[in-house]
Amino acid sequence: MRGATRYAVSAAAYLIATFVFIVPFAFIVLTAVKDQRQSSVLDFSWPTEFHVWDNLVEVITTRNWMVVTAFINSTILTVSSVALLVVFSAMVGFVLQRRKSPWNGLINFLILAGLMMPPAVVPTIWLMQGIGLFGKLYGLVLIEVAYHLSFCVLLYRAFIATIPRELDEAAIIDGAGPLGVFFRIVLPLLWPVTATVIVVQSVAIFNDFVNPLYYLPGNKNATIQLTLYNFQSQYQTAYNLLFMNIVLITIPPLLVFLFFNRQIIAGMTAGSVKG
Amino acid sequence: MAVITGTAPRSMPSAARRNIQSFYPAWFYLPAAIIYGILYLLPTFSSVYFSLTRWTLFDSTFIGLENFAQFFREPFLIKGLVNTVIFAVVTSGSKVVLGLLLAVLLTSNVVARGLLRSIVFFPVLVSTVGVGITFVAMMHPTEGVINEGLELLGIDGPGWLTNPRLAIFSVAIVDIWKGVGLATVIFMAGIAAIPQDYYDAAHVDGTSPFQSFRYITLPLSRPATVTVITLSFIGGLRTFELIWTMTRGGPGFSSDVIASVIYKQYQAGFYGLSTAGNVVLFILIAVLAVPLSIYLNRKEGHE
Amino acid sequence: MRMSFRPLLAGIAAGVFAASLSAAAHAQTELTLLTSSSPNSLKLAEGLVEAFEAANPDINIEIETRPGGAEGDNTVKTRLATGSMTDIFYYNSGSLFQAINPQNNLVDLTDEPWQADIHENFKAVVTSGGRVYGVPAETAMAGGIFYNRKIYEQLGLQVPKTWDEFMANNEKIKAAGTTPVIQTYRDTWTSQLLLLADYYNVQSVEPDFAERYTNNQAKFASTPAAMKGFERLEAVHKAGYMNEDFGAAGYQDGLRMLVEGGGAHYPMLTFAIGAIRATYPEKLGDVGFFAQPGDDAEKNGLTVWMPASFYIPAASPNVDAAKKFLAFVASPAGCEANLKALGATGPFLIKGCTLPADVPPSVKDMLPYFEEGGRNAPALEFVSPIKGPALEQITVEVGSGIRPAAEAAALYDEDVRKQAQQLGLKGW
Repeated sequence: MRGATRYAVSAAAYLIATFVFIVPFAFIVLTAVKDQRQSSVLDFSWPTEFHVWDNLVEVITTRNWMVVTAFINSTILTVSSVALLVVFSAMVGFVLQRRKSPWNGLINFLILAGLMMPPAVVPTIWLMQGIGLFGKLYGLVLIEVAYHLSFCVLLYRAFIATIPRELDEAAIIDGAGPLGVFFRIVLPLLWPVTATVIVVQSVAIFNDFVNPLYYLPGNKNATIQLTLYNFQSQYQTAYNLLFMNIVLITIPPLLVFLFFNRQIIAGMTAGSVKG
Repeated sequence: MAVITGTAPRSMPSAARRNIQSFYPAWFYLPAAIIYGILYLLPTFSSVYFSLTRWTLFDSTFIGLENFAQFFREPFLIKGLVNTVIFAVVTSGSKVVLGLLLAVLLTSNVVARGLLRSIVFFPVLVSTVGVGITFVAMMHPTEGVINEGLELLGIDGPGWLTNPRLAIFSVAIVDIWKGVGLATVIFMAGIAAIPQDYYDAAHVDGTSPFQSFRYITLPLSRPATVTVITLSFIGGLRTFELIWTMTRGGPGFSSDVIASVIYKQYQAGFYGLSTAGNVVLFILIAVLAVPLSIYLNRKEGHE
Repeated sequence: MRMSFRPLLAGIAAGVFAASLSAAAHAQTELTLLTSSSPNSLKLAEGLVEAFEAANPDINIEIETRPGGAEGDNTVKTRLATGSMTDIFYYNSGSLFQAINPQNNLVDLTDEPWQADIHENFKAVVTSGGRVYGVPAETAMAGGIFYNRKIYEQLGLQVPKTWDEFMANNEKIKAAGTTPVIQTYRDTWTSQLLLLADYYNVQSVEPDFAERYTNNQAKFASTPAAMKGFERLEAVHKAGYMNEDFGAAGYQDGLRMLVEGGGAHYPMLTFAIGAIRATYPEKLGDVGFFAQPGDDAEKNGLTVWMPASFYIPAASPNVDAAKKFLAFVASPAGCEANLKALGATGPFLIKGCTLPADVPPSVKDMLPYFEEGGRNAPALEFVSPIKGPALEQITVEVGSGIRPAAEAAALYDEDVRKQAQQLGLKGW
């Protein structure tokens, strides 16, 4: 875009973004700094008094600093799960796209099945108890890997198709083994996809609520979404604290996004394959 | 710098080509297959047995296909089915179109691109609970900011979530709002993978921005499109969380989808019945999504 | 500086000494307790645990929370079914209690000495196969109609004893420009109150309804007395007595309208007194309560809800210590801790526990129904294991004018049939 067009499009984009995106964000932030009574009205209004600090302190100290424990647990959970997901699903996507085999149809179906069938909680717990994974953080890591694998494999498989086979062949001729081809040639070229997977999966796993609830019970195992239940129940909700909590737990994934979003686009130049 | 395309000359003798399979070893599947097979496939598909039982979690009685018969007798099943398909088509369609347009905008040289990208992606980060409560409040028929805004324009806003005919569409709008950032990021990755040289060449040839969108961006971001369609369509068919936080399938049963019907059975403690429901939903999704996926991937193979 | 330094140092030394001593001398028993994350349940658990630990220094109880509502039901069932429950847990009595398979999963408390002090009505709702498994965690509750006393005073209204008087009051309130009946369907569960709180009236006309209903002999649609609950909800909607935003308002909006005079009546359970005390303590005196009126002023009575209970899972390795906590809950000291945590919300179900003299008017209004000769009856969900899961959606439809009462009752009977079959009851 050049000159005037560029500014016109930009202005229009920001105008629309203001209404469509900024208004709801403003609602969340304004509610987070109100006092409890005003927040319970749930309207779009200016706070009569600002309670930024009070609300923040209350959210952080509630239930013996549960948010802090939860931050640590969720961070470990997210980082480990995403690291495993990236490597394992890229490997599957790579071989699945490259290797022609009569099994591919079945494998594709099993991968899609992961998106289509909700997991069965109680049999899974029985099984995890049987192999000693239940109630362990690393057990939950493996669960998250299992549940998010399909999504990542689909993404990788689709993008590996855009990497020319000739690159693999050139590397093979140069004497690279399968691991070399994959880790030194293919995976680096997939960096924009990997950045996407990291962003999307960190958000999903960091914000996961149901799986920690069932597979990782106990106070010391609290994860971040469970802290929302400190302020929200069927009968009474402290909306100001709930929204303050929401704002607080949105910051880490936002930082992840801000960092990796550059990487997605950094691929714009790296992605144009140099021959 | 040469652009490598699918028609580049083959550089390897055919005997070596046959051997190349060994450079894509099957053991690459192994770590993923073990985790996925043991922790997902095994418990999930063995639980299908419970769809044939009356199951309280504590004990189960075999009752044959009775749960399936009961599931199809659910009074609002047809309504739920129709809603599910409408919801999936509307949301996945919108996410594809809006996501692609936003991705083009956000990979162009729009002013303060990083900021705009963050704004669009932000809803993906916010917990569904927060989004649900926020929009329920904003969609309040008399005091919500949406209808107050419309009133300024002289429009009498509807009861977004209280009107039984409108509720499902209102939730769909919020779902698009929340999910479009995800589609956009995947499209951005897709556009990023298109070699810049194509655009440079097109620029030299004097093509208009629209033409380069139509003839370069659109066809070459196909992997991204396939992924977004597959993910958001299946996601739409299974959608539940947002509907549950915003309307609980109501008013009455008017915004029920299959997944919320199943969830209500689950919450009532009808574990066998809800497992049967999951099997039905699985078959429904498989019937709709597998042919779609095969179709999309086959076309890709031809190119 | 010097003056304050020494005691500080002495204090630290004493603390270190005490800590090392207690670690050496007593083996501390560590218990875990799972409660709902709703503010009242958590406050109650914290109050009880604090008082209990003060009296039993050798036992520590760590409180865990779970979501309320359906997600909470599933958490409790999952943890019981997989043997991963805490040593003590808080959960509903009545039909939800029956659904957790007490005879296999819970510790039998029938022979605990304190059971002699527990009200028989409560024991009935935590009994399975003739054995008792619980202790009342809170005071008794009732379902009925809250009213704004100021509005009643201004308009010179009397507390209604019959449904017709209630509707006449509504007419006057409406004429005065105030919303007569608050309804809050964003929280769908609140829509059931006019139906459920009518049960005293149902059983005063049809004393054996619960039994025949459980045995597949009586239906809502074909029992005129039972139909009335649906019809009354419909009548309130048709007369235009509800707040304009009934579809979008929630429970907390309802309470606000009630205390601020935005609406005159709010059909609700009396645990709302706790919520009003927490959010609008200065308005507690403006709120009164009456039983849902029926056809006959002579037979006016109250529908009662039994509180949740504490239970011990059979899989707990610390049954003896957990029993000590339950014994504490069943003692006057436990009631005192309860009052301190939540304030007075209704009559105690434990002998020897009394309410303070200065209870709020809404509590005072419910007490006569509980006294000797007072009229009350447990809600249907405590005398029958069957409660159709779709009731709250159906009552939303009736209250919103989407579905007529007769059709709704028939639809609910279908829902009840499904529930009974899933429970595997005989005769369905």
